[in-house]
Amino acid sequence: MKYLDEYRDPQAAGRLVEAIHKITTRPWSIMEVCGGQTHTIVRYGIDELIPSGIRLIHGPGCPVCVTPLELVDRAVEIALRPDVIFCSFGDMLRVPGSQGDLFSASARGGDVRVVYSPLDCLSLAERNPDRTVVFFAVGFETTAPANAMAVVQARRRGLTNFSVLVSHVLVPPAIAAILSSPENRVQGFLAAGHVNVVMGYEEYQRLAEQFRIPIVVTGFEPLDLLEGVYRLVLMLEEGRIGVENQYVRAVHSAGNVRCQDLIHEVFETTDRKWRGIGTIPASGYRLQQKYSDMDAEQRFGVQLQTVVECADCISGLILQGIRKPHECAAFGSRCTPEHPLGATMVSSEGACAAWYNYRRLRIPTAVGAEE
Amino acid sequence: MCLGIPGRVVERFEEHGIQMGKVDFGGIIRRVCLECVPEIEISEYALVHAGFAIARINEDEARQVFAFLETMQELNELQATAEPVRLSHSIPPSQRQE
Repeated sequence: MKYLDEYRDPQAAGRLVEAIHKITTRPWSIMEVCGGQTHTIVRYGIDELIPSGIRLIHGPGCPVCVTPLELVDRAVEIALRPDVIFCSFGDMLRVPGSQGDLFSASARGGDVRVVYSPLDCLSLAERNPDRTVVFFAVGFETTAPANAMAVVQARRRGLTNFSVLVSHVLVPPAIAAILSSPENRVQGFLAAGHVNVVMGYEEYQRLAEQFRIPIVVTGFEPLDLLEGVYRLVLMLEEGRIGVENQYVRAVHSAGNVRCQDLIHEVFETTDRKWRGIGTIPASGYRLQQKYSDMDAEQRFGVQLQTVVECADCISGLILQGIRKPHECAAFGSRCTPEHPLGATMVSSEGACAAWYNYRRLRIPTAVGAEE
Repeated sequence: MCLGIPGRVVERFEEHGIQMGKVDFGGIIRRVCLECVPEIEISEYALVHAGFAIARINEDEARQVFAFLETMQELNELQATAEPVRLSHSIPPSQRQE
């Protein structure tokens, strides 16, 4: 239990680990949805503290990782226009498209900027009336209220030179898609706490009943995850379906209704392609028709081209929990955070980057030998 | 990037018809939209994502989460300046290897 001394409360962590061992009588496969949770699990070795029969599968909850290649290409294309200021969260800049990333667009003369908030784009638009400010609106439900507010405020402030390139994704349809796959091995989910802060978990109750599985809404700190695993394993062992909330400190069953109202004012659900996974029905947001004048895809008329992923990259299998990062031949050698082949190596929340940052020296591969 | 960061509300004001505020994240002050946490008061703590408050949380929780995010090097987004990017910044500090 070498990791326990790194916990804020090692004794509480030890008690939870012991309790998980005590209640586990058979193997279980559990998926943590959120990339932030994956980061914590790998960093704190949670998967190595719990019984070896409990398999933690890293889910697709990293928005940077699942933004489709074609949309990255489209972002680069728009960013290269001389009349555009292209704004994004920092994590997206190094995601490789088929024609380079947003950093390379910057090197080729594009005006690319990292913003803290989509609302920062509005003042940029006001200060640059002769150019169009485009915001790359990626993210799960947690990010949607901020992006929706930027759209509402742009309309209210009469800004005609602001638009958004939308690539929003939603957690419940992804869970449903994973559970519907013939290859599915996941028996229970740790839901992403901060998504549930916004959305609540009533929809998850319906999912649990439909697929007859347990779900535990879980935070992203080490003790949260250990408690989430404990509660989920207990539900599995006792054959209980339904939703429990481990993250009561921040999550209420109804979520933040004001945030939800804002989201529904601006967005509507749409089919969305997930990088490495494919199209999942009704798994994303797009702008409602009344805000279509702010849709960057319509404004710039760029067309989606289907692009083939790098053949060496197995991020799709990793995002579905079918393979682990170190099982990829390119991991740590041809694919590193500095030179990623796929998106799961780009974001710190991506499973490959987490393994590279915390585990690579222990993996007996060529990269281990190079270190 | 989907994690909320806790911060202390140090100022509230209305701007363009919505509730805004200044929030202190461990010494970094950022403008934050408070429209969806209307009950929050100055000196209270908000969970903020992308410059938008999504929940009010208590001080102990806020301090604990902030310290954890520091450990995990998940606070880089607070440094974003909206200035044109330069290639020297191409590797985020969170992913630089020692």
